[in-house]
Amino acid sequence: MEVFLQQLINGITLGSIYGLIAIGYTMVFGIIGMVNFAHGDVFMVSAFIALVAFLLIVSFLGIYSMSLAIFLVLIVAMLFTSLVNWTIERLAYRPLRGSFRLAPLISAIGMSIFLSNFVQLTQGPRNKSIPPMVQGEFVLFTKNDYPVTLSHKQLIIWIVTAVLLGCFWYLVTRTRLGRAQRACEQDQKMAALVGVDVDRTISMTFVIAAALAAVAGTMYLMYYGVVSFSDGFVPGVKAFTAAVLGGIGSLPGAVIGGLLIGLIETMWSAYFSIDYKDVAAFSVLAITLIFLPQGLFGRPDVEKV
Amino acid sequence: MGGDAPGTRVDTTRALKDAAITALLAFGLFLPLVGFQTVTDVRNDLILTTRWPLLFAVVAIVGIGRLTYSLVIEPWLRQRALRPPALTPAWRTHAGKWLVPFAIGFVIAYPAIVLVAAGFGRAVKWIDNFGIQILIYVMLGWGLNIVVGLAGLLDLGYVAFYAVGAYSYALLAKTFGLSFWILLPLAGILSSFWGVLLGFPVLRLRGDYLAIVTLAFGEIIRIVLINWVDLTNGYAGLTGIPRPTFFGIPFNADDNGFAAVFGLEFSPIYRTIFLYYLILALALLTAFVTIRLRRLPVGRAWEALREDEIACRSLGINTTNTKLTAFAMGAMFAGFAGSFFAARQGFISPDSFTFLESATILSIVVLGGMGSQIGVAIAAVAMIGGTEIMRELDFLKLIFGSTFDPTQYRMLLFGFAMVLIMIWRPRGLISTRDPSVVLKERKVIGADLVKEGHG
Repeated sequence: MEVFLQQLINGITLGSIYGLIAIGYTMVFGIIGMVNFAHGDVFMVSAFIALVAFLLIVSFLGIYSMSLAIFLVLIVAMLFTSLVNWTIERLAYRPLRGSFRLAPLISAIGMSIFLSNFVQLTQGPRNKSIPPMVQGEFVLFTKNDYPVTLSHKQLIIWIVTAVLLGCFWYLVTRTRLGRAQRACEQDQKMAALVGVDVDRTISMTFVIAAALAAVAGTMYLMYYGVVSFSDGFVPGVKAFTAAVLGGIGSLPGAVIGGLLIGLIETMWSAYFSIDYKDVAAFSVLAITLIFLPQGLFGRPDVEKV
Repeated sequence: MGGDAPGTRVDTTRALKDAAITALLAFGLFLPLVGFQTVTDVRNDLILTTRWPLLFAVVAIVGIGRLTYSLVIEPWLRQRALRPPALTPAWRTHAGKWLVPFAIGFVIAYPAIVLVAAGFGRAVKWIDNFGIQILIYVMLGWGLNIVVGLAGLLDLGYVAFYAVGAYSYALLAKTFGLSFWILLPLAGILSSFWGVLLGFPVLRLRGDYLAIVTLAFGEIIRIVLINWVDLTNGYAGLTGIPRPTFFGIPFNADDNGFAAVFGLEFSPIYRTIFLYYLILALALLTAFVTIRLRRLPVGRAWEALREDEIACRSLGINTTNTKLTAFAMGAMFAGFAGSFFAARQGFISPDSFTFLESATILSIVVLGGMGSQIGVAIAAVAMIGGTEIMRELDFLKLIFGSTFDPTQYRMLLFGFAMVLIMIWRPRGLISTRDPSVVLKERKVIGADLVKEGHG
């Protein structure tokens, strides 16, 4: 029981990170019907930007208040990652809009290879580790000498994720941009006819996706304290799994899917085999797509002749 | 721009403004990761160093590039768009007719050409790194072309079957001592069995979803290869895999070795040349089988499936069998290529079967133009040959200093090239369709007329 509770806490933390990335996949898929393969690498790039920002803030500016530092890192990472993703959309995906169906996918795979190699080249192939940003933990209770703990950084991840999801939810449901996004998702031509700037809305979708990925990247860096250029692929696929599990195109689905994938992964590691934890996530992906292609909250995909 | 007649005036102010904005954007983009570098210092702490000169060089290059584009390239493109589309020149149609025989002649003569041009000592490198390496990808591209190009089933886990072929050969050869020539077909059969096995659950899926599930299967197989240490030796991989023999005669320095039997002086080049012709034969077999299959009912069913699955089903084509045969055929050739790979390297590890390989093979097929065998071959030569040639560009060290290593840029440029080629030709290099059945006259179908189904 205590192991289960501890894994529940760990799983929710991991799941929050996956959920934040998954929103990026699901939003982009919803609006332009494309699997943004490079999104995992955008997440990795954001973790590196956060790393640079963190070192800059601590060593150059001499800010030692951790809460301020994390806040600043978060802002910097979100800004620069948004810029990166905006540029990627502009250069690699926009010219291919309305083109052959496989072209954006290949372009995204190319971009993914480019990004990970770019980071490898500019920052070196080694793992980058930093001293822990936040230390300390709350011991919730102890049973059979096994303390169930909630560390401070886990709590920070929960709070930051919840707050940002709240902002994001407000953005999508209550603002002009959110309405434009939902309109483009339903029918781009019709949205354009009623005066929605489709190109701008799609650009903004990529910006928001990147900002959320940057939050995930910063949290990832804070949680694990280590990042490498190859860290984009596996979290990317898992987040995509989360998006598919929740029903691709559905925003609450992405978050719930993320939490589920995080839980499945931590439970699997605790009770079965840690070596095969990626197999668990990949199997969930395959099983969901085969037996429940519309996911938990997605609309069924009806094909018309 | 604006109201001006297109192609007549170049707006310099606007171009300068664009260039400035682009440079500013590049500054923002490259500031965090090019401007700063994270390095580990002597105390093993991570510290930041700055690289301002490099950052400003990159920004300047981007700005100047943008300026050149607006001042030179864009007017030229507009000018060209005004001209009436030129008819296909006569030499091109002739070239098309002679291209295939010429290419086959060239690849057959390639080892001899290299031997003459590069000499006995250095020829091994050119035959091995270029010839064999490119031909493996040509073969894999042609194999995947059956699945993706003909049947329209997007497969991102193709490398799994390549791995099955390689491990089948390696394990069976090491455990039972069977020869390459027995295991080659066996590896193909095992791979195609896996093709059916993994194809069966994904029959209902299409497009991107199919791609992602096949990716997941590919990764699962790789993770199993890593973790099933008893069988596969995990990350360390399998070493000492028996090499193929020339109909029973091994390529070694012994008395009964190839060189001794034929009265030649021993040299590793004989094996390289033998392997070259072996993979050439396998690749040509793949191409030949594909060409013949396209004319059989099953091949026509594949292409019908690619164009429209619903129409296909309403005409009474068994889509289950059609898809599974496509998976099986594609996987079989990957299995052949895999066992060749294991035999050539003598060493295999899960590192050789990453997702990047699948992505490379798929991009070769898509860049070449799905379904076009010539296109796939050209794409393989361009992409693999292009990245291999980066290893040879030592003269760049003279320009950029001795620490400059061009091989580091291989995959970076590879990814960038994928994006550029997609923007330039989204349907691949050869996008026309060559129908296998014709009514009266033989016509080539242009890319704009082909409406891809949802396959």
